[in-house]
Amino acid sequence: MTASTVDHPTRRDFLFVATGAAAAVGGLATLWPFVSQMNPDASTIAAGAPIEVDLSPVAEGQDIKVFWRGKPIYISHRTKKQVDEVRQVPLSSLPDPATDQARTKDGHEQWLVVIGICTHLGCIPIAHEGNYDGFFCPCHGSQYDASGRIRQGPAPLNLAVPPYQFVSDTKIQIG
Amino acid sequence: MSGPSAYQPSHPALRWLEERLPIIGLVHSSFVAYPTPRNLNYWWTFGAILSLMLGVQILTGVILAMHYTPHADLAFKSVELIVRDVNYGWLLRNMHAAGASMFFFAVYIHMLRGLYYGSYKAPREVLWILGVIIYLLMMATGFMGYVLPWGQMSFWGATVITNLFSAVPYFGESIVTLLWGGYSVGNPTLNRFFSLHYLLPFLIAGVVVLHVWALHVVGQNNPAGVEPKTEKDMVAFTPYATIKDFFGVACFLIFYSWFIFYMPNYLGDADNYIPANPGVTPAHIVPEWYYLPFYAILRSIPNKLAGVIGMFSAIIVLVFLPWLDSAKTRSSKYRPLAKQFFWMFVVVCIGLGYLGAQPPEGVYVILGRILTVCYFAYFLVVLPLLARIETPRPLPNSIADDVLAKTGSKRAPMVSTMIALAVAGGLLASGMSDARAEEGTVPPSQKWSFSGPFGKFDRGALQRGLKVYKEVCSNCHSLNYIAFRNLADPGGPGYSTAQAAAFAADYKIKDGPNDQGEMFERPGRPADYFPAPFPNEQAARASNGGAAPPDLSLITKARSYERGFPKFIFDFFTQFQEQGPNYVDAILQGFEKDVPAGVSIPEGSYYNKYFPGHAIKMPPPLSDGQVTYDDGSPATVAQYAHDVSTFLMWTAEPHMEERKRLGFQVFVFLIIFAGLMYFTKKKVWAAAH
Repeated sequence: MTASTVDHPTRRDFLFVATGAAAAVGGLATLWPFVSQMNPDASTIAAGAPIEVDLSPVAEGQDIKVFWRGKPIYISHRTKKQVDEVRQVPLSSLPDPATDQARTKDGHEQWLVVIGICTHLGCIPIAHEGNYDGFFCPCHGSQYDASGRIRQGPAPLNLAVPPYQFVSDTKIQIG
Repeated sequence: MSGPSAYQPSHPALRWLEERLPIIGLVHSSFVAYPTPRNLNYWWTFGAILSLMLGVQILTGVILAMHYTPHADLAFKSVELIVRDVNYGWLLRNMHAAGASMFFFAVYIHMLRGLYYGSYKAPREVLWILGVIIYLLMMATGFMGYVLPWGQMSFWGATVITNLFSAVPYFGESIVTLLWGGYSVGNPTLNRFFSLHYLLPFLIAGVVVLHVWALHVVGQNNPAGVEPKTEKDMVAFTPYATIKDFFGVACFLIFYSWFIFYMPNYLGDADNYIPANPGVTPAHIVPEWYYLPFYAILRSIPNKLAGVIGMFSAIIVLVFLPWLDSAKTRSSKYRPLAKQFFWMFVVVCIGLGYLGAQPPEGVYVILGRILTVCYFAYFLVVLPLLARIETPRPLPNSIADDVLAKTGSKRAPMVSTMIALAVAGGLLASGMSDARAEEGTVPPSQKWSFSGPFGKFDRGALQRGLKVYKEVCSNCHSLNYIAFRNLADPGGPGYSTAQAAAFAADYKIKDGPNDQGEMFERPGRPADYFPAPFPNEQAARASNGGAAPPDLSLITKARSYERGFPKFIFDFFTQFQEQGPNYVDAILQGFEKDVPAGVSIPEGSYYNKYFPGHAIKMPPPLSDGQVTYDDGSPATVAQYAHDVSTFLMWTAEPHMEERKRLGFQVFVFLIIFAGLMYFTKKKVWAAAH
């Protein structure tokens, strides 16, 4: 704006400030739709609704992989030996301390449900591999135990547990 | 862009950058210190408006491309999903579609302004020619963009326009095959059009830079058409021109928003809401309005090759304009004859545009030929001749003189313009009554709760309409784009999420394959879509006497009828756009047992007063008392038809309430903003006068 002399400097200043403010508000409000459109659309959100998984075909020692919201979910039917092993590990020896009890549901401790995405850089660990009878990530060598807890390698955190609940003894709902 | 700048930034960091890359100086000399004639009127703000529109189109286009699928089987659906599911997708799509029209609207004013004020004359020939190149690129871009939604008009527009090249002698067929990437318009065509539609706007942006560069070398023309002589003739670009441009842009945005929020389909064609069908051509193939004058020229010439040459020549002739019009005086303000012929030329262009939208028959063809001759005569006869015989009025000595002397001779051209307009209007009106005499019955206009700027859907009507659809229509008609979850969306029938889930659970949805590799049925979930009554189009055809019942999701936007001149102009202001629901309602009530004399209805068809051709394969679907209403509404065919039409308007435009609500907010804002801009502009310019 020019700084020439005018008769009513205050009125003029107010007008310029008001116009500038209106332009700024309008510009910012216009930006919102352009940003908001990047978020998941309504059909993606609807498709991310909870899913039910029938556990009855999964035998002891086996595991299955299901997809929820595009993420692989490992559901492991752990053996008694595996459960005992992971429950005996002292918490102090874990990089990301968490009890196996806190990562499973009471009364269903043979079932481990974790999101199968390595917490290092997002690769998918292989089940039943590695030194801890759990998961092994082939990308950068992270090793998880049968509770999905990180034991060795560059990953900083345990495999995440998705929200889920037992609908019956042989059926869970994820999400 | 006007030579080395004397600008020196005061901040040391900026000075450091300026010594290495003088970009701030470039911007300063081009858009701040750049001297601009002080007598520019508001027609000159269209340059800024066009820059804005190019920006808006590129921005919204890049975003739409993030959600669009360029595949013949998926393109139509992906556009619908953008509009229905993507956050603000309806807004972005409306901005882009209406934006194309606004872009052309602004470029036509910009071109006519150049024509009127002689902005193409020396030394601005290159500037003008660059403008013609931009215009050609815009036409190519706009055409390819219109193909992308892959509706009926997209497909057949692509077929017709690419077939123009088949007029080329010897190589025509090969060129067309090359353009298509196949033996007909198909998926390869769509793919390459998408790629080019993404590319061309950036070429346009490049030529715009050249255009602005050339402008800044020769300087702007002005309404007086005299070159600036002293400092007194000029003002600095910033703040004077910038603030004026901003005010012009603010006013233009109001006009633009009217389309985005209130009349999004006014400039489009209902046929483009029907998915592309290579087996059926729409009754009237009409290009977008901005190509209509050239389309009229194409159809006026009764020879394929000559027609194509005529059409392209109508644009190419603009390149030679600087040499065709050799008059020394630039501005038509001082050319009494040129001014009158200019307005007649405008009328000719509008007339050609009107004819381009009419069926090529009867009086329209003759009128088209007359106006085509007039169009070319303006450039090839009138302008060269005027340059030799016209005596211009005396020019002002300088721009400053022009500003001070208020010339007051504005009556003469208006008279001639009025006469020309009246003649053209009379001709058109008479032609219309001839050609439209035997059109079918027009559906009566119903009263809809959702019409007008504050219209809302009647929740009761939506719920009753859903019931009619479920119990009657859904036996034959699919509703492919509506999911059960939509029933709980805001602005819809007003069900709760739980009610929508319960509604979905009543349906059996085919899913699979399961672990055994078999398909199975399960209860519907909110995310599922309404299942179709027939597994495929062939099955639908076989069960319905050879005519496949159309999908109903978009039916109220895919059906329309002619409103005719001048009604369609009033419709723009009254926001009348309910042709679709009027038509659906009329069809449902238009069955009559007694076939009028002279109409023969084939076996297996039924007489319907409002159906084009009157013979419809659908038996009368509704009868009184057929659907039981729980809310005490009358169980009559009229009520059923009204309710289901309301419901189908919602399925076609589920975000209508949000669109109108946001539109109102935007209008309040823009009107306040334009007012503020107006007073700011007055304050700023007070210092210059």
